[in-house]
This record gives sequence, C-alpha cells and structure tokens, in this order.
Amino acid sequence: MELAGIKMKNPVMVASGTFGNGREYNDYIDLNKLGAIITKSVTLLPREGNPSPRIVETPAGLLNSIGLQNEGIDYFLKEDLPFLAKFDTPIIVNIAGESVEEYAELARRLSKESMVKGIEVNISCPNVKLGGMTFGVDPKLTKEVISAVRKATTQPIIAKLTPNVTDIKVIGLAAVEAGADALSAINTVVGMAIDIETGRSRLGKLTGGLSGPAIRPIALRMVYELAHSVKVPVIGLGGIMSGSDAVEFLLAGAKAVQVGTANFVDTQASVRIAQEIAEYVHRHPRALNFS
Amino acid sequence: MTQGGSNPVKKARGGFEPPDDCFADSSLNHLGTAPREKAGDGVRTRDLLLGKQKLYQLSYSRDILYDTIYTMPIQERCRILDHQKISATLFKLTLASSYISTHASPGQFVQIKCSGTNDPLLRRPISLHRWSAEHKTFELLYEVVGRGTELLTKYSVNEELDIIGPLGSGFTVDPTKKIHILVAGGMGVAPLRALAEAIKGTGGKAIYVLIGSRSKEAVFCESDFRKLTDQVVISTDDGSAGKKGFVSDILLSFLENELTTPNSELTTIYACGPNPMLKAIAEIAWQKKIDCQLSMEERMACGIGACKGCAIKTKGGFKMVCKDGPVFDAKEIVWN
Repeated sequence: MELAGIKMKNPVMVASGTFGNGREYNDYIDLNKLGAIITKSVTLLPREGNPSPRIVETPAGLLNSIGLQNEGIDYFLKEDLPFLAKFDTPIIVNIAGESVEEYAELARRLSKESMVKGIEVNISCPNVKLGGMTFGVDPKLTKEVISAVRKATTQPIIAKLTPNVTDIKVIGLAAVEAGADALSAINTVVGMAIDIETGRSRLGKLTGGLSGPAIRPIALRMVYELAHSVKVPVIGLGGIMSGSDAVEFLLAGAKAVQVGTANFVDTQASVRIAQEIAEYVHRHPRALNFS
Repeated sequence: MTQGGSNPVKKARGGFEPPDDCFADSSLNHLGTAPREKAGDGVRTRDLLLGKQKLYQLSYSRDILYDTIYTMPIQERCRILDHQKISATLFKLTLASSYISTHASPGQFVQIKCSGTNDPLLRRPISLHRWSAEHKTFELLYEVVGRGTELLTKYSVNEELDIIGPLGSGFTVDPTKKIHILVAGGMGVAPLRALAEAIKGTGGKAIYVLIGSRSKEAVFCESDFRKLTDQVVISTDDGSAGKKGFVSDILLSFLENELTTPNSELTTIYACGPNPMLKAIAEIAWQKKIDCQLSMEERMACGIGACKGCAIKTKGGFKMVCKDGPVFDAKEIVWN
C-alpha cells in the first residue's frame, strides 16, 4: 500500500514516543514487519525532559508528562538514523520545535537524508512550555508551521493533531491548506490525576497527556470527522490495542493506524495488530479499501 | 514514586507502608541485585535463543548494537508452578522459564501482565527473588499494594503469565571487597537474597544483612538470611521485633559500633527499599566513604527503556530506572 507517497507493507505504524528509536524493540520484534516506524520527537537541541514522576496509570489509560526527552537532531542523525536505515521499513521522523523557525530548520536538516521517507510534524505535544500544542490549537499557527516545513522539504509531511481543540476539522483543514500530505490524529488528551493524601498532582508537572484505551472513542470520533472533511489520508491513533480496534479506525475512514501505548504493554502489539487486520481483510475482503 | 506509595515524605524511613492508592504497584515493587553478566554473554544468549525454546524473539542482532554488557530480555508466557500466600499481603510465585532462570542476575526484575484486560493497563515490575538454572524456575516475592498485584493473586498453579525479563541492570559484586552489608527496607529484601547467594559464590565472607520493617509481621526472609550470612540485624519502626528505629540509623550504629574490624575501603553497602531510606543510606555511605549501590524506585510504563517514564536525576543527567538501573552507584544520584 501507499500513503502520501510512502510505500508500506501494511497499514500499521508505531506511534512517535512509544517505540524509542527502534532499538528498544529490536530485541522483541522483527522491525521489518512494521508498516512504518515513526521516531520519537526530535528537537534541534537535546532536551532532558520533565521532572519525575512522569507517568501515572489511570483507568484503562496512561497519563504521561515526559517532556520530549531526546538527544537532539545531531545525535539522531549520527546514531539513530543509521541504525534504523538497516531495516526494510520506512522511517518517518517526528519533529518538534519551540518556534516556526525551529520546525523549518529540523525539516531542512532531514530533507538531505534519503533514508527519511516522511516527516511527522508534532504540533500537539501537551507537555512542553513552548511549541508543541500551542501551535496545534490555533489554525493560523498551524498553517505557519506547516507552510514553513513545506518550504523546507519535498518529503511527505504528516501533521500530528491534538484533540484538545473545539473543532479538529478546522485545524486539519488549515494543515492541509498549508501543504500537509497527511494528518495523524490524535495526540494525547490533556489530563490530571491528584494524590488525595498530599493534595498534589501525581505527576511532577501539573498536567499530562492521556493515552491508551480510555481515549479511543474520542480518537475514533475525531478521525471520522477529519476523514470526512479533508482530501488527504488520515492516520488514526489513540488507544489501539488490538486488530479490531484498528479496524474501527479504518472503517471510520483512516487509511492507516498507529500503535502507541499498546507497545508499552505488549512488545508484540504492532506486529500482532498488523496480522489481525490481515485476518479481518481475509474475512471481509471488501470492507476496507486499501489503495 | 516509591513502592510504598505515593507519599514518601509521610512515610517512615526504612519502613514500608502499603498505599491506599490502587495504582501504586506500577512502580517497581522491591528491587534488587547480582553480578552482571560478563562480556560475550550476548553470544551465549543468541545461541540459546536459536535453540529449541519457543520464544517470541525474532531478532538476534542485539549483541552487535551495544558495546556494554547486556543480557537480552525476552517476552514469554511462563507457567505458574507454585503460588503461595505467605502473609496477609505477601505472596510467593514460582514460575517456569528456562531462559530467565539462566540469564537473571541479582537486582534485575521482570514485567508481568497481571490481567487479560486493558484495565489495569500496564505491566507490573517485580524484582527477581530467586532462580534455579537447574530446575528452570524462578521465584517472585510480591506484596499486594494495588489493583495489579491484587489481580495477580488470583492466578493459580498451571495458569500462564505473560512476562518480560530479565530486565534492568542489577548489583555488581566486587570480589576485592571483604565486607558486604545488605540493607533492606520492607519488600526490599526480595532481591537481596539472590545477592547474598551471589556474594557467597564469589568467595565473599563477611556478609551482614540489616532488615528494616514497619512491624514484626512485615519482616520477611529473616531465616533465609540467617542461613546465608554472618549476621542479621532486624529493626522495626514500632519496636515489635529487633531494634526500634529506622534501618538507616541501625546501619550507622552498626558501622560505628558493631563491625569488629571496620575498613571503609573494603566495604560495600547494597540497599533496596523506599527512596527516603535509600537517601539516608546514601548520606551515611558518603560520610563514611563506603561504596554503595542502591536499587532505585520510580513508576514505570514499558520497563524496557522506550517510554522514558521512569527517569531519575543523576549527575550524568536523567537516567532510566528500568534500563540504566534499577541499581545505581549512590554517588551518582541527585536527590530532591
């Protein structure tokens, strides 16, 4: 199959931030069996991340406040990309900036790398002070970021959207108008958990981003809305734990899915889900329309 | 967050208090111990994997990717051979695994899926208590501290559990050291038993164990340690067994008054327990200029280094408890 010019063996990608940069899972699964690998958000400079505790489990969900911990673009190009390049799986690099210029600079740096098959633009991280979600909640800023990235690269661009908006369609249309080749939805839902014994947040930072099965119905609704209002492919994610979860997104109009939090629970999740989708397609040959 | 719960400040040092919150057990439940695998074991690991075991493992290239010594973990289903209730909240689980039983080292842990559903969502990290390469089994000692561990108690013999392990970097035994002091707080005893065995295995002679607990009922593994080591000192917060007080205070008086031939240079302290206790022990070790290894606790999601959730501050920046640890050199930790 092909999505926004990216050739994939199956519609299952691993979501940014849930798969490290591939190494961590190479012990457990054959990375060649994935539709695509989306790397953990990379920033221009190394980021050390937020204070601990960074995660807390909530009912059927996971609240995190990692804060885009990563080694920066130089390290990524030197260490992570050559490792990932050894596999026969498209690499999509997720980028995050604190300003429009930073996003553009990251895209420029990556545009020279032939191993990079696409760029996912993170305008939806809820755990950083500057950048991230501040862009993705405003159609004007979304347009600015995506336009700047569009000018910096000819690689396919995927805009990763936040659910923390009144109308995700407005943001999606703005991203497409600015040149996004695909949309991925959704990033985490902003949430909180309080320790009633101390009266303090259970996270080191006040709020975090909720992922996992708890947000799946929200994600599914938003993917449906986007798929029926934009002309570019929509990639669905949010709490997909099984093949049947993934099929729901595909039936809602997504052209591919991303598996995120499930990777933390089951190292086999992404490969298993790809297989379960194939079994579904076998049982319902005409239900899904893969191009 | 410490195993003891969400509020380390209110907790007594050296003691252990089960938390009220139902998700507390997503942080590493009792950590622990042993010498690391020697370089070259990656090859052995691979050979084993290519053998007759039915494993999920599909990719064997790990040993060429890492310069450091590393034992490759696997995800597998392990059959329960025995599941015993030891006290009101303490359980011992014996599982079958020819891989984990031959690759574990003291201080490492496993990640267990405690239910077949999505709630609770995450695995629970539990440190390896004992293992037998001969019998191809390993044991976990766990305390019920939340919904995950509560669900774990429902599993019975012959059922299977989905387990990832052995995980993390455990204790290191330096054979040039002559005095080994193991300090446990509450469930911190779980990984230290295997460490005591490992130290004995390296020819280590003077092994002392200090166990701190909230009360008499919460002192675990005392008789095991009596058989294995030279001296066991018990302390409880309420004085119901052994000495009354925090185990860190007991450690200080032990170092100053009870060691017949104290020698800081030849001593190592190994500690496992709630973080406030570890902090107190780190301070003592620093003052006395004694080598000290701590098994740290932090909430975990994946357990394999991918999510960056279990970060702790060290002099070299944030490190992951699940992969860089759980055992760290006490001098490296930056305390809050």
